[in-house]
Amino acid sequence: MSMIPLSRKPGELVQREPRPSVWAKKMSEVKQNKHMYVMIAPYFMIFFIFTVLPVFLSLTVSFTNFNMLEFPDWVGWQNYARLFIRDDIFLLAVKNTIYFAAITGPISYIVCFVLAWVINELSPKVRAVATLIFYAPVLSGNAFIVWTLLFSGDSYGYINAFLLKFRLIAEPILWLKDPQYIMAIIIIVQLWLSLGTSFLAFIAGLQSMDKTLFEAGAIDGIRNRWQELWFITLPAMRPQLMFGAVIQITSSFAVAEVATTLAGFPSVQYAGHTIVTHLMDYGNIRFEMGYASSIATVLFGIMLGSNLLVQKLLKKVGE
Amino acid sequence: MGAAAKLLRGNKINRSRAGDLLLFLFLAALGYFMALPLVFVISNAFKPINEILQFPPKFLVRNPSLNNFTDLYNLMSGTWVPFTRYMFNTFFIAFVGTAGHVIIASLAAYPLAKRKFPGVSVLFTIVVLSLMFSGTVTQVTNYMTMSWFGMIDTYWAVIIPAIGSSLGLYLMKQFMEQIPDALLEAAQIDGCSEYRIFWRIVMPVVKPAWLTLIIFSFQGLWGAGGAAGSMYIYSEQLKTIDYALGQILAGGIIRTGPSMAATLLMISVPIIIFVITQSNVLQTMSTSGMKD
Repeated sequence: MSMIPLSRKPGELVQREPRPSVWAKKMSEVKQNKHMYVMIAPYFMIFFIFTVLPVFLSLTVSFTNFNMLEFPDWVGWQNYARLFIRDDIFLLAVKNTIYFAAITGPISYIVCFVLAWVINELSPKVRAVATLIFYAPVLSGNAFIVWTLLFSGDSYGYINAFLLKFRLIAEPILWLKDPQYIMAIIIIVQLWLSLGTSFLAFIAGLQSMDKTLFEAGAIDGIRNRWQELWFITLPAMRPQLMFGAVIQITSSFAVAEVATTLAGFPSVQYAGHTIVTHLMDYGNIRFEMGYASSIATVLFGIMLGSNLLVQKLLKKVGE
Repeated sequence: MGAAAKLLRGNKINRSRAGDLLLFLFLAALGYFMALPLVFVISNAFKPINEILQFPPKFLVRNPSLNNFTDLYNLMSGTWVPFTRYMFNTFFIAFVGTAGHVIIASLAAYPLAKRKFPGVSVLFTIVVLSLMFSGTVTQVTNYMTMSWFGMIDTYWAVIIPAIGSSLGLYLMKQFMEQIPDALLEAAQIDGCSEYRIFWRIVMPVVKPAWLTLIIFSFQGLWGAGGAAGSMYIYSEQLKTIDYALGQILAGGIIRTGPSMAATLLMISVPIIIFVITQSNVLQTMSTSGMKD
């Protein structure tokens, strides 16, 4: 600033204002848009308090010993050491969760897409009915409780009655009490509940596709529906496929309600124990908030990490 | 064959009959698996008691009766907390939560979709990242936050987090992006304030999107007594219908009929809403894709 006046003729008025700093410019933009901030404020206040803040809070609390009554003690990495070295049940829960996710994640994702694609082949009226039938389990929420009747351990259980009738088994199987079957049953029920948001997103994406792409493809020598799927449909559906992947991955790591409802809490020999049920055990029953927070932080890392990894992979498709 | 094929697949090019058959079989098998448990609910809701106790059990009802519904009514009148209270709790949580979510999320989605101001892209990135972890991650710390706010054991423990759900905001924002800018500019030139533009122009145009938010939010909250409710709500008089249903079902095989009748009544509400809004929901989901 002090250098400018050297070239100034005496008596000339300084018309130029000092250049606004980047910060001042931002502030004036903020002021101009104050209505915008007012509009987003209610949502983002709730969102930050109940979704963003908890992530950081749980990261902090995970380094402490906290029981909600006394002031938390700082314990450093102790909770994590306990998790990965001394807590065998946690390691079992991690194993179960990864096993669930590795099966239900990809299967449900592929089924969602294939089914949406098949349904899209139908005429609009049949399509609407088919969509309803496949989406109904998700809509009916807690109705998955009927699976407990189907897999009931006595001979009144429908699966048992059916197998007994055809003499496939000699005596009723305790489906939900036998560690050998618990995992498989939870996977089946979870798959039954998995045609949700991403399924609808895929149907919608397929319906809104540009029809001229297919006609152009036919002229370019596409012979059948499989080629059409591979060369035209999949690349055009990439945004929906990425959205669907996020939804399916996140829900496949969050298995808990189905597991506790069907197999009990805790399940026999922890056969249906997942990271989330372990979290509920320490957070909602034992109130060891520090330890529970370290479980939550690990779960957060697994969910976000696998999502970002899959996003990266999907971005490569068709490049 | 021609007419049937047309009914099944509409007008599409490059389709072979063998492929049609294969896909139809796939669809039928999967449809059977998906529909079976719900057919079971419907069938058992109308079974008279002797058919429920019959051995070996039959899957489908022979002589349908409405006894289960009257039994359910009698069971409900005998509960310690009047059943109407459970109903009120469920309705209150579902309606207030859904209405709050639709209004507040739409209000926030409009600036994110249509206006440029400092912070907008960072905020939306955080919302997308939040789709990548579930509410189970935050439930422990939310319990602490809620107890500081005095929200534990109130309806608000379930309602407020549902209002801030990120999926609704994400879908609404993606849908609003396709509103033509010319429409908004015209309104601005006419001297409309941003709030007026939002209520009078944006909201009517995005009707499919808010119908979608309604069905998603409602379906989550309608059954939410189960997951979120059992965690944050202890008082018997604040519990929801599905908690009461769990109690009925706990009575063993003899209660199967009434509990299936109750389940049927419960699930029919979101299913009816979806049937009415289906085409709107699909319209909204077509803009749900994630751009790079």
